[in-house]
Amino acid sequence: MKKYKDVLFDPIFNNNPIALQILGICSALAVTAKLEPSIVMSLAVVFVLAFSNLSVSLIRKHIPSSIRILVEMTIIASLVIVADQLIKAFAFDVSKQLSVYVGLIITNCIIMGRAEAYAMQNPPGMSFLDGIGNAAGYSFVLLFVAFFRELFGSGKLLGYSIFTINTEGGWYVPNGLFLLSPSAFILIGLLIWAIRSWKPEQVEED
Amino acid sequence: MLEHYLSLFVKSVFVENMALAFFLGMCTFLAVSKRVDTAIGLGIAVIVVQTITVPVNNLIYNNVLREGALSWIGLGGADFTFLGLITYIGVIAAMVQILEMTLDKYVPALYNSLGIFLPLITVNCAILGGTLFMVERDYVFGESVVFGLGSGTGFALAIIALAGIREKMRYSNVPPGLRGLGITFITVGLMAIAFMLFSGIQL
Repeated sequence: MKKYKDVLFDPIFNNNPIALQILGICSALAVTAKLEPSIVMSLAVVFVLAFSNLSVSLIRKHIPSSIRILVEMTIIASLVIVADQLIKAFAFDVSKQLSVYVGLIITNCIIMGRAEAYAMQNPPGMSFLDGIGNAAGYSFVLLFVAFFRELFGSGKLLGYSIFTINTEGGWYVPNGLFLLSPSAFILIGLLIWAIRSWKPEQVEED
Repeated sequence: MLEHYLSLFVKSVFVENMALAFFLGMCTFLAVSKRVDTAIGLGIAVIVVQTITVPVNNLIYNNVLREGALSWIGLGGADFTFLGLITYIGVIAAMVQILEMTLDKYVPALYNSLGIFLPLITVNCAILGGTLFMVERDYVFGESVVFGLGSGTGFALAIIALAGIREKMRYSNVPPGLRGLGITFITVGLMAIAFMLFSGIQL
């Protein structure tokens, strides 16, 4: 039982895909200027990663290793198209906001990285949990960064005003730098610093 | 004509740098920039893959997928642009696999040092991003060759520059929690702010 729990929860802090494995950073920078697209993006990644791990793991013994990348990409691209169609069917407004980002899940290296590094060697059930765990670790970083960027960049959370900004008669002068992508790098850098101060065994020896 | 291609090249290397202006291909950018020589190896791999895939996808887009492109076999009304994503990624994955097998056979040292990041070139957003930009901006074949070469070169330059900075940083006293990945993120953030200076330049 403990084995399953480890596979599910390890990637959140102990082996976070963004903070430790350096995977899936492009979209973490692209979608985090606001909180809402980040939440939908996280859900889409949970779906795609869990089921791509499951499918790759189910057929792992039948994939010739010389064409494995092509097979994995086909599975991932099909799942992303399914996720895209589902979002379009049931949440059309959100899908308009996310159109570009959902396509970008195909090139999110977490998904490919987990398929290569985990699902190719492990049974389907474990791979499914590993997918959910890694997607949760990814979502944690995404939501953390989006929270601070939207709050300090525009004084809002999910579109509701938290700090009244000065152009609307309030006291808060929005920090425009938080809306630009370089701020996401610096925030993730500081988050890594925080995690590693809390868990010193993750510190790199140059 | 030559001037047009030259300005497109310079623009795709500096003004529209894949890594530092569009933030594409970040995973490989951060992970393989520890040493200058690995960074050069990866940079060359990206240039090669990019220079091949962008023109190949350009040919496929213009001759097969685009609306009316198949009129010569009597499918004038067919529009296959919705198959774009899966076709482009298929071409990219095939090219990377071929490159992987070639490197494994002829340059095993580079193959081993790239490790998992060679298959990950497939999911390097810079490669797919290059193709998507090419489609969006409607480049003709000649332009797509120049754009592929230029954007690959831009990525290679950025990753080699970052590797240079990280090699120097080994001699400085970084706080323990920031060592390695943390300080790299902050360095890239500062490099990106510097590269924003290019964003207004018109050639």
